[in-house]
Parts: sequence; C-alpha cells; structure tokens
Amino acid sequence: MTWLRILLIALLLSGPALALSPDEILDDPVLEQRAREISSGLRCLVCQNQSIDDSDADLAKDLRVLVRERLVAGDSDDGVRDYIVARYGEYVLLNPVVAGHTLLLWIAAPVLLLIGLIGVVFAARRQRALPAGNGLTSDEQAALDALAASDRDK
Amino acid sequence: MSIELGHFALILAFAIASVSVLGGYAFWRSGERIALFLAQGAVLQFVLVAVAFAALIQAFVVSDFSLALAVNNSHSLKPLIFKISGVWGNHEGSMVLWILILVAFGAMVASFGRRLPSDLLALVLTTQSLLVAAFAGFTLFTSNPFARMVPAPLEGNDLNPVLQDIGLAIHPPLLYAGYVGFSICFSFAIAALISGRIDQAWARWVRPWTMLSWTFLTLGIAMGSYWAYYELGWGGWWFWDPVENASFMPWLAGTALLHSALVMEKRNALKIWTIFLAIITFSLSLLGTFLVRSGILTSVHTFASDPTRGLVILSLLALVIGGAFLLFAMRASSLRSGGLFAPVSREGALVLNNLFLATATGAVLVGTLYPLVLDALVGTTISVGAPFFDLTFGALMAPLLLVLPFGPLLAWKRADVVAAAQRLLFAAALAIFLTILISALGGVSISLAPIGLLLGFWVAFGSVAELIDRSKLGRIPLADSWRRLVGLPRTIWSTAIAHFGVGVTVLGIVATTAWETELVTTLNPGETTELSGYVLTFDSFEQVPGANFIAEQGHFTITAPGGGTRPMVAERRTYVASGMPTTEAAIETYGLSQLYLQLGEPLENTHVVRVWHKPYITLIWLGAILMAGAGVLSLTDRRRRVGAPQRAAKPIAEPAE
Repeated sequence: MTWLRILLIALLLSGPALALSPDEILDDPVLEQRAREISSGLRCLVCQNQSIDDSDADLAKDLRVLVRERLVAGDSDDGVRDYIVARYGEYVLLNPVVAGHTLLLWIAAPVLLLIGLIGVVFAARRQRALPAGNGLTSDEQAALDALAASDRDK
Repeated sequence: MSIELGHFALILAFAIASVSVLGGYAFWRSGERIALFLAQGAVLQFVLVAVAFAALIQAFVVSDFSLALAVNNSHSLKPLIFKISGVWGNHEGSMVLWILILVAFGAMVASFGRRLPSDLLALVLTTQSLLVAAFAGFTLFTSNPFARMVPAPLEGNDLNPVLQDIGLAIHPPLLYAGYVGFSICFSFAIAALISGRIDQAWARWVRPWTMLSWTFLTLGIAMGSYWAYYELGWGGWWFWDPVENASFMPWLAGTALLHSALVMEKRNALKIWTIFLAIITFSLSLLGTFLVRSGILTSVHTFASDPTRGLVILSLLALVIGGAFLLFAMRASSLRSGGLFAPVSREGALVLNNLFLATATGAVLVGTLYPLVLDALVGTTISVGAPFFDLTFGALMAPLLLVLPFGPLLAWKRADVVAAAQRLLFAAALAIFLTILISALGGVSISLAPIGLLLGFWVAFGSVAELIDRSKLGRIPLADSWRRLVGLPRTIWSTAIAHFGVGVTVLGIVATTAWETELVTTLNPGETTELSGYVLTFDSFEQVPGANFIAEQGHFTITAPGGGTRPMVAERRTYVASGMPTTEAAIETYGLSQLYLQLGEPLENTHVVRVWHKPYITLIWLGAILMAGAGVLSLTDRRRRVGAPQRAAKPIAEPAE
C-alpha cells in the first residue's frame, strides 16, 4: 500500500518548496539540533503523516521557522511544543501525550501482553490437567472408560 | 469491443463464483463430484478474470481513451511499462488485479489439491468462491473498471507522476500476492471449522501456502519501503503510516502463523490457536486492502466523501471477518488438542514467539485505529506517529530477538536450555565483542544503539549456530563438515537463513539510525562540499527533456574517502500533462552504505542541495531479501512442496536431533 501513501503525499504537496532549507538553519548548532529534534516530532498538518522536518509543504516551513523563533527567544523544548500545541492543537504532536484520553492507547501493548501471558499459563495448566494417556481417539477413550467401569462393577 | 468482452468475462466469473458458493455449501459432503465441479469452476474463474484483466491491459497499451479508466490514468506518451502498471495504479484496476490473484490461488488449489479429501477440497474452494463473489460483486456494482467515456477524449489525463515508476509495476502485485495468498489459509481454516476435522495433514497443507504468501508479502513490503526511500526524496524508509501498518500487520500475524503451523504439523498441538491466526491474518489482509481503500484510515472525512463505496467495503469486511469469527466461536471448542509439551521445549519457544508477534500485531492495530476511534467517539483529534510505534514495537521486539536464537536449538517436547545456551556461547561472545568494538570506534550518538547492535549481532550469529553445530565444524575434518553442511535438510537451512536475515535487518536499522549524517547547503556549479569524508563537486546544471516530462539535472562528482570518483545525477522533473513536479534523488551505493543526494529548488540564484550518508542502510532490505529467499528455499524442500503433501516417499537422511 506504499504506493497509495506515495500518491497521497504527492497530491498533498502544495508546491515544490523545500524541506528544511539552508536559509532556515540557525547559526547556533546546539539550538539548531534542538530545533531538528522538536521538528521531527511535529506533524505537518496538511501532509500525509510527515513530520515538519521532512515535509516540503509551505505550512511545514512556517512551523519550522516558528519553532526556531521560539528557541531563539529562549523557550525550553517543552515550551516550544506547548506553544505550537496551543495554536494548532494536540493533533500536531506525532508522539501522543500521556493523558486520560490516550490512556488506553499507551497501556494497550502491556495489557495485551499480560492477557497473552495469562492465556498461555492458563492453557499450560489445563494441558497438565489432562489425563496422561491422551494419544487415544474419543472412541478408544470411551472403550477404555467402559472397561474401567466394568472393572469397578466386579 | 474487447472492453465489453472483459466486462462480460468478469460478470461471468462473478456468476460462476456465486453458483459455486451455493452449490458448495449445500453439497460439500457429496464427495468427488461436487469437488470436481468446484475445481473446474475455480479454473474457469481464473481464465475469465484473466480475460477481463487482459482487456484492461490491452486498452491501456493501445491508449483506448473510450475507457474512462484509461482516460483518468494513462497518456499516449507514457512508456509501455507504465501504461501496463497504470492499470493497477488506481482503485478500480487494483481491484481487478486483487481478484485475479485471488482466483489464481483458487485455481492452484484446484489443480494441486486433487489428493485432498474431497470434502475438505470442496469446502476450501467454496470459501474461496465466496471471497471471489464478494469482491467481484463489489467491483462490478460500485467500482466498474469497464465504464466507457462518451465522447472519447483524444488524450488521457496521465497517471500521477510519482506512480510512473518501476516501483508501481512490482510493489502492488507482490503485496497483493501476499495478502491474497493468505485467503487460502483462511479458506482452509473455515473448511476445518465447518467439517470439524483438523489434523497434521491439514497443517502440512496450510504451511506451504502460508510460506508462499509470507514470502510475497515480505518482498512486497521491502520493495515498497525501498520505493518510498528513493521516490519521496528525503531518505526515510519506514514511516509507521496507516497504509504501511496495513501491510505490516498481516506480515506480523502471518509470521506468527508460520511458526504456529509448524508446531501443529510436527506435534499436533496449538490447533485452535493456528485456526485463529489463519483467520486473523487474512482478516488483517482484508483490513489492509479495503480499509485503506475506503479512505477511512486517512480521515473520517475522506470516508464520508464517498460513503456508498466505503459502506459496502465495511459491510463486506463485517460479513467475512464477523462470519468467520462467529463460526470460530461456535466450533472451535469441538476441535481436540493433541501433543503435550514442557514449557522449556521447541513448542514452548514457538509459543513465546507467537505471544510477542501477536501482541505486536495488536499494538500496531491499536496504534493505527486509536486516533480514528477517538475522533469518532469523543471528537478529539490526536496523532499516533513514529515515536509511539518505535517505542512500543521496539519494546516488544527486543525480548523476542533475545530468545530467538534459542528456538531452533531446543528439542521438541522437552528441552535442555543450558545445553542450548552452551551452544550459543560463541555467538554471544562474538556479538558482545563486536558491539563494544563498534561502539568504541563509531561513537554512540543514540543511547539505545549498543543494545540494538547487540541484538542484531546476537540474532545473526545465533542463527548460524545450529548450522555450525550440526556440521560439527572444528570437531571433524573440514571436508566432512562441509559434506554434513551441504546434506542438511533445506528446512534447517531456511530457518537459519530467515533468522539470519532478521538479524541483518536489525543491524541495518540500528546502524543507519545511529550513524546517519546529513548536510543541507547551497551550491553553485563548480563548488565543492564534504560529508563524512565524501567530497561532492557540483559540476553542472542543465535542462533535459524526457519522454513525458522536462528534467532539471544537477551533475555531481563524488570522491569517496578511499579515493576513486563517481558521477551522480539528481533530478527535478515537471510532467507535461499534469504540470506536477517530482524529485528524483540520486543514490550511490558504497559497499553496504549509500550516499543519497537531492537537488532542491533554486534559492537566490544558487541551488539547495541535501546530502545524506546512510551507513549500512542496504542491510535493511538485504535482510528482507534473505528472509524471502529462505521462504523460497523452504518451498523447494520436496517434503513441503506445494501439492505434494504425502509424497515424501524417499526418506531424507537427517542427522539425529
């Protein structure tokens, strides 16, 4: 289905602007590195699941510039993210926040693993509870049961 | 005329499939005659759908623009290969391809399955026909690919430029072959549930089909990943996008199925679970094809734009998947489970494998659908992107990779884990040594890199441990070892190669994530820049006309750190028909690493150039190719050959376990 994704990305491109271009890059390499890390976690709102760091869209460029402006103004990484979220909503975060409405999402994998483990343990215990001579078909087992019963009658 | 012929052939195939469904479910107990009827029907369906598909291809090749589909997706100037691949570069045509592969698999079962018990064969072919009827019906009634356009335009609108790539010619057919191949497993599962009979012979039958589909899907996903890598122009190779997850979930479930069917075949255990997995895997394939098609994954709002098609898709999914699970719930308890085993055993290891793979499948499913469900129920829109999946999936894969090398070294029923550990000691030591060495030399840019490297090396070396062990390398003369190695059953080889491939892929992912370097700069012809020891010279810039586009080319010369120069040409294209721009990155492979070069827009009279050095990135796809190769090798094992489940007449010498 990658082709569908490739198609969607192509359709959503508003024009051949660039992903991160040289004129955006900050002089301070430490700040620039922080900007790159923040950008790669922010979603380009008009794209198909791309971060603003990767996207060619104009809106992504605006956001990249905005992130750098906030960093230069002295915001912390979280401060920048909060600022963007306040303007564009939670949708912009590629890594969802941990909160009430995302609780199920975050606990899903551990819970599934736990359920699986319990299932395996349960199945193993039930397996051990089975009678030992289990190579028999149901007919053979019935015949054996009948024999045992007739034995007990004596 | 030929278009109407194709349309009629598809309608006829739909009719035959429908009759097969009614007849098959009513009379599946009636022995040879109904099985023969259904087998002939299956072959006929294949021939008819092939005619329909050929009609579409013919219309595209001769640029028959009275066909609406060709108008919307083709252009007379397009190169031949893209005219052909354009047939499935759209919704309607891809449906016909999907159905073609479905009936091809049905015809294969009908041809190779003469040795199957007639009631099982009848049920499998009937279920297969049900799928054909459902999806041919969907295509005919909601997405007719044979619709004419009157009056016919003189020229077509062209296929979207990014799809005019060899990737489109290869990727969807491979992916569909994988998806649709799992329908056979599904049909066998349904047949087992209806007839209430399931045994080792069933597993012998299902495993080659699973292996075949899994091999296609592995190649399809790898191909798609490489295509996105070179086409999208920023060098990413996996994005955890819903449409990617849609193909990855059946792969994960299919991998689990491959392993659980092994337990069932060898030990007659895990029957109910295997049936369950067979249903899940194909359900996820359907979800992959059709949920993506409905547009619902991208956004609830796209879905609403064409509700009829989407609703029909959802109803079909509900019918097929829901029906299968209802049947499973009703009948599964009647299946008797066999073979007992201790927790520490080959079976136990395979259960662990299934536990982690199934959980990973579930986690990806939840992550993919969660934003959609949340939006629909609460109205809150969130994104679940790569950071979430990397964390969740990585955390689930790490323990799986840790125990993976033990699996093949454990005996069935009851095993000695200490003995297995001893045989892996050398692999572990080598993995630890190399990890420390590389971390010290390469510098550690991300904290998890050493753990990833360790796991990759461990899996890679641990996988060949069994080969070394069985060939008694170092304990007997080399020539004897070699003879033993060559004489090993192909299944042993394929297990080792597939697991080795997993390790190789992991190493590629870790290396390229940890040590990738990037340069974004502006250059003018004649200027030079440098990245990771590679010196780039921008030689010239020129405009070149292509078949149906105009290209702006940047010519570069690369001087590698070890000396030697190579040319690289990066392009930006503008397509004539649509006016759409695309970028064609230049990629040059040095050993296992790649240099990735993208020519950007002009910026104030200079050219923006982005360059990446991606160390060992090719390992990601080489690992996948190894896995697929292992699948092919396993299929060529005479004992497992498709269609010859009982023909293991000549016993093959196998070293004592």
